[in-house]
Amino acid sequence: MAGTLELEVKGLDFYYSGNVHALKKINLSIHKNEVTALIGPSGCGKTTLLRCFNRMHDLYPGNRYQGEVTFQEENILSSGTDLISLRSRIGMVFQKPTPFPMNIFDNIAYGLKLKGIRKRDELSERVERALKHSALWDEVKDKLHASAYALSGGQQQRLVIARALAVDPEVLLFDEPTSALDPISTSKIEELAAVLKKEVTIVIVTHNMQQAARISDKTGFLMLGELIEFDTTEKIFTAPSEKLTEDYVTGRFG
Amino acid sequence: MARTAKRNPVDTFFSIITGAASFSVVVLIIGILIVLISESSLSIGKFGIWRFLVSTDWDPVRESFGALTNIYGTVVTTMLSLVIAIPIAIGIAIFITEISPNFLKGPIGAAIELLAAIPSIIYGMWGLFTLSPIMSRYIEPFLQKVFGGLPLMGILFQGTPMGIDILTASVILSIMIIPFTASISRDAFNLTPEVVKESAYALGATKWEVVKNVVLPYSKLGVFGGIVLSLGRALGETMAVAFVLGNDHRITTSLLDAAATITVTLANEFAEADKDIYLSSLFYLALVLFVMSFVTLAIAKFFLLRAEKKYTR
Repeated sequence: MAGTLELEVKGLDFYYSGNVHALKKINLSIHKNEVTALIGPSGCGKTTLLRCFNRMHDLYPGNRYQGEVTFQEENILSSGTDLISLRSRIGMVFQKPTPFPMNIFDNIAYGLKLKGIRKRDELSERVERALKHSALWDEVKDKLHASAYALSGGQQQRLVIARALAVDPEVLLFDEPTSALDPISTSKIEELAAVLKKEVTIVIVTHNMQQAARISDKTGFLMLGELIEFDTTEKIFTAPSEKLTEDYVTGRFG
Repeated sequence: MARTAKRNPVDTFFSIITGAASFSVVVLIIGILIVLISESSLSIGKFGIWRFLVSTDWDPVRESFGALTNIYGTVVTTMLSLVIAIPIAIGIAIFITEISPNFLKGPIGAAIELLAAIPSIIYGMWGLFTLSPIMSRYIEPFLQKVFGGLPLMGILFQGTPMGIDILTASVILSIMIIPFTASISRDAFNLTPEVVKESAYALGATKWEVVKNVVLPYSKLGVFGGIVLSLGRALGETMAVAFVLGNDHRITTSLLDAAATITVTLANEFAEADKDIYLSSLFYLALVLFVMSFVTLAIAKFFLLRAEKKYTR
């Protein structure tokens, strides 16, 4: 299975409204069932690149893509792309936990309901499965109808992951998912990523280099909107071919 | 341990001034209440509390006074105006925050705020000279034709459409309170964290689903606050309804009949209140309105507090 091409970025340029050139001629390939990490100093464009994969930029007027991003060989940047279905196939987890103002059960069931699943038993079954998947089930099974805000930050983040998993996405995008969490919650989420990659392809943006080194198979290093180097994580962290990459991963700047 | 550090004299002076300013508000409210009670004591003594509240009499000649027709008019026009205003106001707020292109947001927002700045007497004049004829000629006959024959609904639209009635007054009131509800709802919607909305979009939600499931639940406290503020304004509004309500002391099931609200009665009848008991009854009526507004606000506060607790765990 590993080795199948899942996402491919070909000559991608991205402009924020006002013609701000945020990504420059990016080329990279993301393989199925791997964890791909995007690292780089603040403002390098790593989150911008991540948000191209589910076309989050389309929510705000004036943003513009150029080039191609293919998802299972289909160009998702084409104007005919059905964003609703794209986003249910490519899920996203954000920097801060973002539970909805609902109880725990409804939070997880939300994406399923959007997909038109209404049957009570199917919903409960898939909610349970998603919660087990994100290693949260044991902590919340007795209070599924409590407000999601009653959970701790780390639990909320796993809730959000469960919510994304419930709709069976093929790819999960993580945008600095642990930057607002304590070390224990962080390691739980990292363990989770290692387990999850058996079923989904993971792309993670992180400014924590140890995290990238720990959990990813491939790493891309971006700076000022350019992809400086993209290779196996081992190579990036031990024997990078670019001087800039070496300086960054050894902590000489950033 | 109590801290007994020496206070800076400027600080002391400052706390006295600000404290006095705040305390004067409390004194003022109590003072107004005392005046209302003492001025209405004659009427309270004659009609009692319960009898005054449930009596539909408002007969200056026989000197028999009851508040029910006024309370009824106040409650009905207020509720009807809320029914009309709330969906429109929330629609406006949704459009401005979530749908409208950026270049339209400013002008529409400004127009709504301008609507709030128009003095209510102008609404009243406009209601009498413009809206009322339109209501009586076109809208009311149309409503009567459509709903007049229906069971239950029908009783709301009986009588001759004169344009000076509960419906017209409620429409004017609703136009007056739309800006409040809309701008407070807009502010509440804007407080919804962008990233929570994005999370819903990231799950494949449409714009409407995001508004319905994320933005509205997230901001319902704020929206509720806007509605309460509008309710308070509608309860006490006088000039806008005085022109188009007809000041008729009776209880009617038809929205096309004239009625009276507490405020309109007060505005119209002080000048003709020649007898002590008449004057005292008007003060009594004002006292009733005071208590109604107070109770409304108290209930609203109670719900807001409960809802707040629920959502901040």
